[in-house]
Amino acid sequence: MLKISKSRLGELFDAVAAKQTLYIPTDREPGAAEYKKYESGMELTKELNTVRSAKDFFFPQTENLADFKIEGKTIEVKDIREECGDFVVFGVRACDARSFTILDKVFLCEPVDSFYKNRRDHGTVVTMACSRPAETCFCQTFGIDPTSPEGDAACFDDGESIFFKANTEKGQAFIDSIASLLEEGDTAKLDEVNAKTKEIMAKLPLAKLSTGNFGGDKLNEYFNSDKWAELSEACLGCGTCTFVCPTCQCYDIRDFNTGHGIKRFRCWDSCMYSDFTKMAHGNPRLTQLERFRQRFMHKLVYFPANNNGEFGCVGCGRCLAKCPISMNIVKVMKALEEK
Amino acid sequence: MQEAMIKRAKELLADGSVDRVIGWKRGEFAYDITPAVFTSAEELERDFVFDDFTAANVSKYLVKETAKEGKILAFLKPCDTYSFNQLIKEHRIDREKVYVVGIPGGPKLDIEKIKAKGITGVLSVKNEDYTLKIETLYGEETMPFSEAVLDKCASCKSKKHVAYDELIGEDGDVLESNRFDMVEKLENMTAQERFDFWRGQFSKCIRCNACRNVCPACTCENCVFDNPKSGIDNKAAADSFEENMFHIIRAFHVAGRCTDCGECSRVCPQHIPLHLLNRKFIKDINELYGEYQAGADTTSRAPLTDYTKDDCEPSVVHERGVE
Repeated sequence: MLKISKSRLGELFDAVAAKQTLYIPTDREPGAAEYKKYESGMELTKELNTVRSAKDFFFPQTENLADFKIEGKTIEVKDIREECGDFVVFGVRACDARSFTILDKVFLCEPVDSFYKNRRDHGTVVTMACSRPAETCFCQTFGIDPTSPEGDAACFDDGESIFFKANTEKGQAFIDSIASLLEEGDTAKLDEVNAKTKEIMAKLPLAKLSTGNFGGDKLNEYFNSDKWAELSEACLGCGTCTFVCPTCQCYDIRDFNTGHGIKRFRCWDSCMYSDFTKMAHGNPRLTQLERFRQRFMHKLVYFPANNNGEFGCVGCGRCLAKCPISMNIVKVMKALEEK
Repeated sequence: MQEAMIKRAKELLADGSVDRVIGWKRGEFAYDITPAVFTSAEELERDFVFDDFTAANVSKYLVKETAKEGKILAFLKPCDTYSFNQLIKEHRIDREKVYVVGIPGGPKLDIEKIKAKGITGVLSVKNEDYTLKIETLYGEETMPFSEAVLDKCASCKSKKHVAYDELIGEDGDVLESNRFDMVEKLENMTAQERFDFWRGQFSKCIRCNACRNVCPACTCENCVFDNPKSGIDNKAAADSFEENMFHIIRAFHVAGRCTDCGECSRVCPQHIPLHLLNRKFIKDINELYGEYQAGADTTSRAPLTDYTKDDCEPSVVHERGVE
């Protein structure tokens, strides 16, 4: 397999960044990593994952969709879209890589979301295999193998070198573009690292968590469960879980009058918010119980019902780490399963 | 302490003094504790927890809980009693429907500080003579307790319970804290440095509203930022300055009412030191109107909602703002 010594990673980043925009996960402060546009000298984080997910690259928190100019009785609609430049996101974990497959099902089905597609077409996702999963990890529940991540190209770290493998044509083109820096390497040590990671995976506290009791046919069983009241009791109704989640994809579209015209914005929305799904007649989800239930039913029942059994969660564990009251999908699954 | 609390809660449930108990419920790991309401001895024995990670302030939940029928037992730490009093003062909690049991405060631990040391795969955390013994998927680690203390506890203002019906353990005193040190540092910066500091911090905001929703001083039924009719609801921030305005406006709205419980910074997923905004207001109020601690009692009039002839002139505020 082709590899590069870790001591030469900076050279590799410089070479990639010379041709297109490169984003890497880097430390913002101890214990908190974020994706940043690469600048020479920037170092790859040692954190397992970023606080915000990688969905931001394809589905940004806010974006301006269109402008309107009103003069007298005419309205001019301005398509302000710009073709996005080619970019590479490096170091995406297996969970986040799978989240793109889930987002694709939402945004690339008919009618295709051309804003999202534009960014997907121009982005190359280079993943990084995990070797130190955290106690909050449960990607294996969703059939994800963190030692063999998806993405256009996958990287593997054996401690000394980074190995490269192409998963798609785009990924092959990425590896070809840096081929002059790579050399053929022996993967014996890497195989050991992967075997060790798999041992740890089996020992994770959430290793036994299963989706077996969930899916599209469980609507009636869970919708009316009396567990929701207790589960949602302490929920603050904030959007932390939704906003750090790599698969949450609900958004709101609003027009704003700037005084010089109208700007149409799209932004992330959260089903946990009191004004989510607010319509002319009011809001169909009047209490936090209903909002809370919506988020988990969507991931565990509605999404698989509409997407051939695929669940709307990748087990990245961000909500487990970040919910202010530590209520999360794992606790919900376990509580619902208790008969 | 946990055993004493469970025992007392069971007694008060059994003799009918209370119908429910609000406290903390254990989670999947050592640290992921959820505020919870208990209604039976079995639930208390199975799930009730009080340890180094039970930092959440449960006072705000009493707004919702005292709107229900029956009486609830609330376990409040010293800092939580200040929020409790403030909510009583603002007529948000029905005092008759709460039985307050004062319990000792922190210092409580911050799992994120443990993880920031590179300690990952945390399976258990034990405090042995103020050294943390942390069992992880990758072996045992140790670190000093003091380095994992929550920021809000590291600058604790009071070990005194300002409201309670009974106490478990002893009451403490109001402390000389270092809580204004960082505010002073910010005050001593140039306007540009200070602007850059806050722009940097607020640029991390993901506008999840966790700070607002956890805040015991934020109990408006419909927040101005959620109300489309207000004209300033900004779920879609047109530019990054709108996030800045959200935090500044919120700090103004809770000024004089914020008890400095520190929950805003504790829950921020992006580690924005939001409490510093509130502390700036507290410090200014202390300096301009005399020492005042929101939530210290339930009857006094707050400086910003009271008029006295000794109040500082607006010009003082103006002068202080000039470099």
